Amino acid sequence: MNTQSNAVPEALDSQRVAPAAMAATRPMYWSVRRELWESRAIYIGPLAVAAAFLLGFLVSMIHLPARMRAVLALDPAKQRAAIEMPYEFAAGLIIATTFIVGIFYCLEALHSERRDRSILFWKSLPVSDLTTVLSKASIPLVILPLLTIVIMLVTQLIMLLLNTAVLRASGLSVAMLWTPSLFQMSLMLVYHVLAVHALWYAPIFGWLMLVSGWARRAALLWAILPPLAICVVEKIAFNTSHFANLLMYRFAGPEAFDMGSASMDPMATLAPVKFLSTPGLWTGLIVATAFLAAAVRIRRYRGPI
Amino acid sequence: MACIEARGLRKAFGTTIALDGLDLRVEEGRILGLIGPNGAGKTTALNAILGLTPYQGNLKVLGRDPWTERDQLVRDVCFIADVAVLPRWIRVSQALDYVAGVHPRFDRSKAEGFLAKTIIRRASKVKELSKGMVAQLHLALVMAIDAKLLVLDEPTLGLDILYRKQFYDSLLNDYFDRSRTIVVTTHQVEEVQHVLTDLMFINRGRIVFDCSMEEVESRYLEVMVNPEQVAAARALRPIHERQVFGRSILLFDRADRQQLAALGDVRTPGIADLFVAVMGHQAGEPQGAAR
Repeated sequence: MNTQSNAVPEALDSQRVAPAAMAATRPMYWSVRRELWESRAIYIGPLAVAAAFLLGFLVSMIHLPARMRAVLALDPAKQRAAIEMPYEFAAGLIIATTFIVGIFYCLEALHSERRDRSILFWKSLPVSDLTTVLSKASIPLVILPLLTIVIMLVTQLIMLLLNTAVLRASGLSVAMLWTPSLFQMSLMLVYHVLAVHALWYAPIFGWLMLVSGWARRAALLWAILPPLAICVVEKIAFNTSHFANLLMYRFAGPEAFDMGSASMDPMATLAPVKFLSTPGLWTGLIVATAFLAAAVRIRRYRGPI
Repeated sequence: MACIEARGLRKAFGTTIALDGLDLRVEEGRILGLIGPNGAGKTTALNAILGLTPYQGNLKVLGRDPWTERDQLVRDVCFIADVAVLPRWIRVSQALDYVAGVHPRFDRSKAEGFLAKTIIRRASKVKELSKGMVAQLHLALVMAIDAKLLVLDEPTLGLDILYRKQFYDSLLNDYFDRSRTIVVTTHQVEEVQHVLTDLMFINRGRIVFDCSMEEVESRYLEVMVNPEQVAAARALRPIHERQVFGRSILLFDRADRQQLAALGDVRTPGIADLFVAVMGHQAGEPQGAAR
């Protein structure tokens, strides 16, 4: 204890400097790690789906040479579609998985810590509510999209290598696999994940986090029922469905993506300028910020349930 | 500067008044026991001190307003809410990593040192530990933080007697020095009797008794009165009387020790008995017992 108190002045000096640097980044970094410790479904979910898909894909390789001979007889456009189909399917599967994981993560994010009373432990540490909420929001808005992209690309690469190996072994040409269009498709998917899942869907995740911080129980119901009620009331009262259309628009994505989501025409729909000038993107981000700000404020007042 | 200073602290939940103009002052370097019946406002008072709940009135903790300056305050304040707040999914090593990562005053080697004295393994998850081990882990984390104020709200709830004893022993021997302040609430008052430097009773949102332990020892005396002298003893106006095995035990405030010694065995009362006496005295009716 004595050595401790002797060391204090010196330690204080270094701490005077340290908090400034520590204040922002270190608690944030460790809080994000904490989320990954707690919710391992964030990476196990998509990894398991990718692994299951690859297993099925591996088994399907038995029929690949026969199928490729049939495909070679088609015209080039159909050839390309037939070859790219499993790649798109794999990507769609992984994207859908992380989207669902993100939804359930958000619903639990500010709820489970109150349910198991651990919020009292977290609040005993010098991590602000803002840092905590931002670290949790970064999971669906940053971590999951990046994870999706990495898992998706690695899965597609493994598929491509498997395809190549099997075709080589059976003496067929691999030229039509290694075309720019396959890479363009992957690039499109990366863009799709970043634009739609990280930015366009931000208000959805923000809303879910707000509900998880506010609801005492049944967060899923609180997330779904109020918007549904607004739709129904609007329909009955005014016989209009503006709110429902708004929700549909949000879930379906901006027009640029309606045609571009899965079976896209490569470069034609890759239109970041158009996407960035969509008002819906910016209103969505503003709404998401408002939801998260409300979640920060609510967490301040909330204790264990 | 007082470590904690509250004046006219008020807090209501709906129509229930949890804090009713509470006044409280805790100097630095004290170990305060805040004792009160269930629903007396203990936890609400601590939550206000920790900046976990808004309140009306004046409150300064280490010179700061806990509600508006919570983020800065928590660097200097530690608290253990009760044994069950460590998240069940976390591993011991992760808990160490996390606290080391976010707390600028955390000394990891110190925490490792405390843990080395226990049988807690680094790879265990909290849910695999016994209740007592979770308390040891939490205490190890908290004691490794160089804080000015430590707040313990029922820290030993549900622990067996060995763990409870060990808990307070470590707190006194390995943590407390004269510069730190500790505030503890508990129902197991006998166990903290020799730990405390100050004692406060809280009831219905107010502090009804505030005394240092030295003062308690000099002011209050308990006499097991010989049967034939009960009437004489009662004439000295005890603040409380109870029967044990057919003998009367009378509790006196500021009585003459010599005079009492003539009536029977004189000793310093336990906190529990003092609590019952003071509460009965205050409210004019029996309150929830102190245990």
